[in-house]
Amino acid sequence: MAGNVIVITSGKGGVGKTTTCANIGTGLALRGRRVVLIDADIGLRNLDVVMGLENRIVFDLVDLAEKKCKTRQALIKDKRFESLYLIPAAQTKEKDAVKPENMVEICNELRQEFDYILIDCPAGIEHGFKNAVAGADAAFVVTTPDLSAVRDADRIIGLLQAREKRIDPQLIVNRIRPAMINKGEMMAVEDVNDILAIDLLGIIPDDESIIISTNRGEPLVMNPNSRAGKAYRNIIGRIEGENIPFMSLNYELGFFERIKRLIKK
Amino acid sequence: MDLFNSIKKLFSKDTSNNSKDVAVERLRLVLVHDRADLTPGLMQALKEDLIQVISKYMDIDKEEMDVTFDSKDLTAALIANIPVKGFKRSV
Repeated sequence: MAGNVIVITSGKGGVGKTTTCANIGTGLALRGRRVVLIDADIGLRNLDVVMGLENRIVFDLVDLAEKKCKTRQALIKDKRFESLYLIPAAQTKEKDAVKPENMVEICNELRQEFDYILIDCPAGIEHGFKNAVAGADAAFVVTTPDLSAVRDADRIIGLLQAREKRIDPQLIVNRIRPAMINKGEMMAVEDVNDILAIDLLGIIPDDESIIISTNRGEPLVMNPNSRAGKAYRNIIGRIEGENIPFMSLNYELGFFERIKRLIKK
Repeated sequence: MDLFNSIKKLFSKDTSNNSKDVAVERLRLVLVHDRADLTPGLMQALKEDLIQVISKYMDIDKEEMDVTFDSKDLTAALIANIPVKGFKRSV
């Protein structure tokens, strides 16, 4: 069966696209799936360091697009998992060195060999975004519960739905702080999801261990004790078709909200 | 204010000034405009055109006039609040 090409995107930068891409990819490989991660952020390469593979890069996505190397040569094998590979972004080449048709071609080739092709999309809605989504079958939109990130996510969702080959993306809400939600000082997942009106794929609590795992270049999903790691494993289960309930972040409702809910029922 | 809301105020922690509610409402309004592709400039142009047309028939208070766009669920509405200072009598 041909593999699934999924783009991980957000519009706004810094909401956790690269971390999400690394963790979902690693988690799928943990289950024995054949996975390739593509860093489509030409000029601002990052997925390699998050994966701890920065010392192994010889060829990159631009070399592959320009046919300066074979696909096999551009694939960097992960240190930990046999079935996990990375195609890094170029760091010094021009942003428009890759064209959407190159991406379609590359994705179609990788589809034959891998179960999942995950594309880490650059921030923005321009050239890099168009490249990253060109070959995709599905999209995960990552956002955080703040105004600017949700606004940008809405724009991205609109663009994906307006495509010739329409994509209805799934939502990942990242960096949730239950204590703040309790106090009414942060938008809850339900608020964000109501506004964006797409399917919810996962919710990820804010977790300090993400910084430690990035420092070490070891995706959090491998850490059995981390809440964010558990949240990513839940997402992976859902991607694989399992019915996994959303993590309870136990932000309790106020006394009256509970009564109101009872009445509504 | 209905009874329900007043009791709610009694029981809940101070929710009147929740920054989350402010965020949700601001976000909702921003997205209404984004999705309809209505920029502030466009709204201003619309307002000016409205003034021109209505001024032909009535004397309106341009300073106090307010035109907003909003949408809830599946309906959208353009709401114009135009104070009338006087009528223009035709001769």
